[in-house]
Amino acid sequence: MTNRPTMIEFQEVHKYYGDYHALRGITASIRAGEFFSLLGPSGCGKTTLLRTIAGFEDISSGAVMIDGKHMEHVPANQRPTNMVFQSYAIFPHLTVEQNVGFGLRRAAGTPAEKARRVEEALEMVGLKGYGRRAAHALSGGQRQRVALARALILKPKVLLLDEPLSALDKKMREQMQVELIKLQRQVGITFVLVTHDQEEALVMSDRIAVMFEGEILQLADPETLYRRPNSRRVAEFIGVMNFLPASVLGESGGHVQLEVAGLGRVDIEAAQGSGRATDGTVSVGFRPETLTILYEGQTAMDRETPGTVDEVVYYGDMTYYDVRLDGVDRVVRISMRNVFGRPVLDIGTRTRVAWSAGALVLFR
Amino acid sequence: MKFPALRTYAYIYLLFLYAPIILLPIFAFNDGTIIAFPLKGFTIEWFRQMADNSTLRKAVQNSLIIALSASIFATTLGVFAARAATRFSFPGKGGIIGLIMLPLVLPEIIVAVSLLVVLLGIGVKLSVFTVILGHVLICTPYAIAILNTAFNALDRSLEEAAYDLGETKLSTFRLITLPLVMPGIISSLLMSFTISLDEFIIAFFLAGAEPTLPTYIFSQLRFPKQIPMIMALGTCLVAASIILLTIAEYFRRRGIAKTGGTDTGGFL
Repeated sequence: MTNRPTMIEFQEVHKYYGDYHALRGITASIRAGEFFSLLGPSGCGKTTLLRTIAGFEDISSGAVMIDGKHMEHVPANQRPTNMVFQSYAIFPHLTVEQNVGFGLRRAAGTPAEKARRVEEALEMVGLKGYGRRAAHALSGGQRQRVALARALILKPKVLLLDEPLSALDKKMREQMQVELIKLQRQVGITFVLVTHDQEEALVMSDRIAVMFEGEILQLADPETLYRRPNSRRVAEFIGVMNFLPASVLGESGGHVQLEVAGLGRVDIEAAQGSGRATDGTVSVGFRPETLTILYEGQTAMDRETPGTVDEVVYYGDMTYYDVRLDGVDRVVRISMRNVFGRPVLDIGTRTRVAWSAGALVLFR
Repeated sequence: MKFPALRTYAYIYLLFLYAPIILLPIFAFNDGTIIAFPLKGFTIEWFRQMADNSTLRKAVQNSLIIALSASIFATTLGVFAARAATRFSFPGKGGIIGLIMLPLVLPEIIVAVSLLVVLLGIGVKLSVFTVILGHVLICTPYAIAILNTAFNALDRSLEEAAYDLGETKLSTFRLITLPLVMPGIISSLLMSFTISLDEFIIAFFLAGAEPTLPTYIFSQLRFPKQIPMIMALGTCLVAASIILLTIAEYFRRRGIAKTGGTDTGGFL
């Protein structure tokens, strides 16, 4: 993965809409052939950034390079990118085939050749035989496939996807996620996806850039992003994370000694932390699944802390417990896989929680 | 039907609205110069008289030229204005659009008199052309109002998608924008055509010696003998309107079926 050449490069990209600073110095590179996601809440600038790649937005300063070429004076219709729009933007007055073949109008080749390419593109997205249908008569999932086929038929270097799955229902969305991943592997084109759905980004991407307020806060692969978020905002946006206040006792030899509320003294590796210390108070975060509730007779592998069950949320395969650790005035969320024969605990039960220092993330 | 009174009111309302139009063809074929019952007998004399009347022919011809030119000009200007208003933001946009829309609320007589003063002032000879100018002025706001709706309903990403797929701005407009706003353009043409065709005040002030249909009809009303012929003319106009509206409605529905939209009501 890492030795792939760079396909898209942002150099200090700024974008202003009047006084509004939409992109605040984006510097990042997207590798060739990778499935890259721009993830963030609405209004964070992720769609604006995508549109600067497509050429629909001019940038105020900085540079966007695609495949080593400066894009400043290249209009959208001459860039080696194609886009799948959030609304799919299927031309309603044309047939499926005319939609898919729209980009070939100016391409070289005989009509028969073009018709064959359209047929191939339709087959690739699983719409073989739908060519003669009117575009407006398609379902949401089918429109999405037409939009994909239409964007891929020109064999762009980069395919841009602007929240392509947000209009689909949950089942269809999950199905399309898998199909998109397969399609991306099959065609080998760089995919850049914009989404506000963290789960979607984690499932589909090779790498993810998490954006807030016009800045990339973290750019990493899904696992790193989930396990080692570099800031509380990223941690809170992706999945659920518990936070406990802590103070730094000392630092030495790549290790940090902490006093964590409820957990006591902990020694963690400095690599588990991130950011710069602004003042003495720091916080420690951990995912719900890194904690385990200990039942009668079980002992912790590493460390354990007593607490009281404060709330129980039963999900069928999982149960979420909010546990108040002794000595802390807040609850931590713990997710437990339900196992046959193991009872779901009641509210108020005294319990012990097992955890490991290796799963902690230090935010300072 | 909880309100029988309202229902009766509705029927009476419709009767008063359409009865005069039904009377039109009845008296157009009536063999008598006096517009009164009982009917005297069937004749097509009035239609013959109408066809033979050279001034009337001239008036019809003038009116058609004026209405066609004014509707095409107004709609073309409307397309530009509506696109600018819906796609771009520029300083003074609200004020400019407001100024263009002003003739909608200005009394027509004021528009007509002011135009007359200006045209005479700069020495333009009154003719069919000056009427066209006046009609473009009053038709353009209607055209913009209709076309604004059409352009607003157009998803912007459709144009972006075509541009993204390698088309130029111009070919995108021709291949995507134009076909999709075509129902709006046809509506605008018809609306402007109708407004221009029966417009009296501006035509009366600006036509000079040239007759138009409304000014000719008005001038003939002084002669009771001519009234049956006017009735015949009216019958022809009603028939033409119905045919025109039917065609327009046909195209509108076909357009909706083609793009898969839901019918939100049209002319009929």
